[in-house]
Amino acid sequence: MANVQIEPVARTRRKLPQELNILSVLVGVALVFELLGWIFQGQSFLMNPQRLTIMILQVSVVGIIAVGVTQVIITGGIDLSSGSIVAMTAMVAMSFAQSSDYARAIYPALTDMPVIVPLAVGLGLGLLAGIINGSLIAITGIPPFIATLGMMVTARGIAKWYTKGQPISFPTESFAKIGSGAWPVAIFLLVAIIFHVALRYTRYGKFTYAIGANPQAARVSGINVQRHLITVYAIAGLLSGLAGIVTAARAETAQAGMGMMYELDAIAAAVIGGTSLSGGRGRIFGTVIGTMILGLMMSGFTFLRVDAYYQEIVKGLIIVAAVVADVYRQKARTKKA
Amino acid sequence: MNSMTPPQTLGQGGQPVGPYLLEIEGIRKEFPGVLALNDVQFRLRPGTVHALMGENGAGKSTLMKIIAGIYTPDRGTIRLRGEEVELNGPLDALKRGIAMIHQELALMTWMTVAENIWIRREPKNAFGLIDHRKMAEQTRELFDQLKIRIDPTAEISTLTVAQRQMVEIAKAVSYQSDVLIMDEPTSALTETEVDHLFDIIRDLRARGIGIVYITHKMNELFEIADEFSVFRDGTYVGTHASADVTRDDIIRMMVGREITDMFPKEEAKITDVILSVENLTLPGVFHGITFDLRKGEILGVAGLVGSGRSNVAEALFGVVPATEGTIRIDGRPVTIRSSADAMREGMALLTEDRKETGCFLQLSILENMQIAALHQGHVKAGFVDEQGLTKLCEDMKGRLRVKTPNLDERIENLSGGNQQKVLIARWLLTKPRILILDEPTRGIDVGAKAEIHRLISKLAQEGVAVIMISSELPEVLGMSDRILVMHEGHMTGILDRAEANQVKIMELAAR
Repeated sequence: MANVQIEPVARTRRKLPQELNILSVLVGVALVFELLGWIFQGQSFLMNPQRLTIMILQVSVVGIIAVGVTQVIITGGIDLSSGSIVAMTAMVAMSFAQSSDYARAIYPALTDMPVIVPLAVGLGLGLLAGIINGSLIAITGIPPFIATLGMMVTARGIAKWYTKGQPISFPTESFAKIGSGAWPVAIFLLVAIIFHVALRYTRYGKFTYAIGANPQAARVSGINVQRHLITVYAIAGLLSGLAGIVTAARAETAQAGMGMMYELDAIAAAVIGGTSLSGGRGRIFGTVIGTMILGLMMSGFTFLRVDAYYQEIVKGLIIVAAVVADVYRQKARTKKA
Repeated sequence: MNSMTPPQTLGQGGQPVGPYLLEIEGIRKEFPGVLALNDVQFRLRPGTVHALMGENGAGKSTLMKIIAGIYTPDRGTIRLRGEEVELNGPLDALKRGIAMIHQELALMTWMTVAENIWIRREPKNAFGLIDHRKMAEQTRELFDQLKIRIDPTAEISTLTVAQRQMVEIAKAVSYQSDVLIMDEPTSALTETEVDHLFDIIRDLRARGIGIVYITHKMNELFEIADEFSVFRDGTYVGTHASADVTRDDIIRMMVGREITDMFPKEEAKITDVILSVENLTLPGVFHGITFDLRKGEILGVAGLVGSGRSNVAEALFGVVPATEGTIRIDGRPVTIRSSADAMREGMALLTEDRKETGCFLQLSILENMQIAALHQGHVKAGFVDEQGLTKLCEDMKGRLRVKTPNLDERIENLSGGNQQKVLIARWLLTKPRILILDEPTRGIDVGAKAEIHRLISKLAQEGVAVIMISSELPEVLGMSDRILVMHEGHMTGILDRAEANQVKIMELAAR
């Protein structure tokens, strides 16, 4: 049979992990900035630990969201609500984390609560939003785009309504600690490792890929597709809630405008990292690299003193280029009829 | 092949012997890692039906796509009506009179029949806008010529597969095409629809159109084709007049080896009733289905497409549960509301449509194989026992002779027959007691077909109860111990192996 001849191709592919492509892009981007740094700024871009730390800190919140969004995209769906859920959970969690030193707390009777309370409230709220997303999609069958668009608008609305637009500040020390130092990075990496393992080595992961690759075949194979989809969106919501807590803790304040456009950065990180928007393909490791590429670019442009407007323009182009590259890769693979 | 010298020796060295419509010479096409066609030739005479035969992966589809302008050959010449041409895409081919009727039909579902046919060539009115009335009129004239009865203003979504195919053919004729390529056009048609299609093909042939016809069905070859060309592993084997050869000759040319028995049914010991179905009904789809199935038995299910055969299988497996009736397993009534329920009762279902409801095309062979077994062990605290499961999959690959270098290859890159084997392996890994197979050998090559039949026999010998739905009567007759026949959602009879024959089945299936 002709397909036996595929062998050499298959062998080479096994040796080189899929992430190698994206990893080389990361290194390439870093080297370009390094070079430009010496040319235009007369100093190294990479040999500055402080800059790199700030860079990773900046993207870790988006990274936490992207871990959830990647899983949603693997099922063939999309989640537009994460940025708004960040704002909503940041507001509500912060209102349960205020210190009694502050005279005008939202709930004067509930100040100086142990840190577990705002944590539970924030995570629970994110989880609830995710379950609503998932249930709408799995049970009513409306497209994920619409369901999560609705949640995006509603959750942002709730964030604004909660204090009629006023920011909430003065958290307890223990709450603020969640966002201090390297904690956000640690949380991001921990979450990434957990779900990288879950997707690759557990039944949860196998089912997630199967549903994305062919929902009908998944159903016939005995997978409860509805329940699994609700789980995946619930996890995405939970992680957005976590991201909201980290954001609020780091800023030591919560505002209804937080997390604006984070959902798009998270989707971009996943896509740059090789997750296919048509479902069935993607890895958390790729998403982590995708997140780093986004961070590196932001930090690099700032370092080169490039106007913030240009930064956004270039970011847009890069996202599109990543998808175009993916489309060509797919075409090249399926051409052998 | 010595015993089979071609009756009409075709010209060598590029000199056409007769007036050919289309001549293909020395075509080579390579894809990354696969040589799909190697120095292939093909000649089509006007007013003939020319069948392309070969196992899956033989290169028929690639050749057909080259003729239709979808692929560009790496080497070789294409001559159309004696003139050398280069085809720049399917549209160019169409303009030159080469049209393809796609296997996966390529019509715009939400547009009308007329809009589909005249797209880009719509008749305009005085204001330069589309004249819908005139367009419908043109369509009606075209349909009258071809004796097709379809409303030109109907939306494609409301048509049956057969009607859609007719629309595609009419579209091709409207382009004055004289080379028409048909890729397994009957694979989703009922008997009467096939007859109608063949009438149309004969009519087209009489007008001097040359038809390239790809099929796996031997009967069709003898019924409709004047000539046929055989391909094997990307090479051209030969061209013959279909009147001059027998079925066995063709099979030998295709596989290059003798197949002594296409349906090697081996007797199995039939013991206790395992599945007992009583009065199973899904209103409007099927009614009052009642039968018993014993361990070791193969129950064939025959009936025309649309008779409700597949729906019964889906109901038994909980994909679309029945609303009335009882299902008993080992004498115990069971409730089956989902595939997971059915699997818990030891059932497995190989679905009819490999692409739609079977394969996870982007996933690896391994992932495709293990997915169903994950419901039954192989998982500890959520973690999949990869090592153990991979070993089982390797064993299964060997046992079913899946032709692939490694299990990490995407299933997409396998031939249809090998994909089917992977899907069968998926279900065998769940160790089913009741195995439901819906068209287990549709669209797969002769070699893989015989292997699958052998496997089914063997499973029955091991005590598995098998329900096998098939549109191919020789397959049903060859494999089954009993045959349940359906017609328009009703059971019209159960025949014993001894009394069954094609005539009896067709009488029950098409009355």
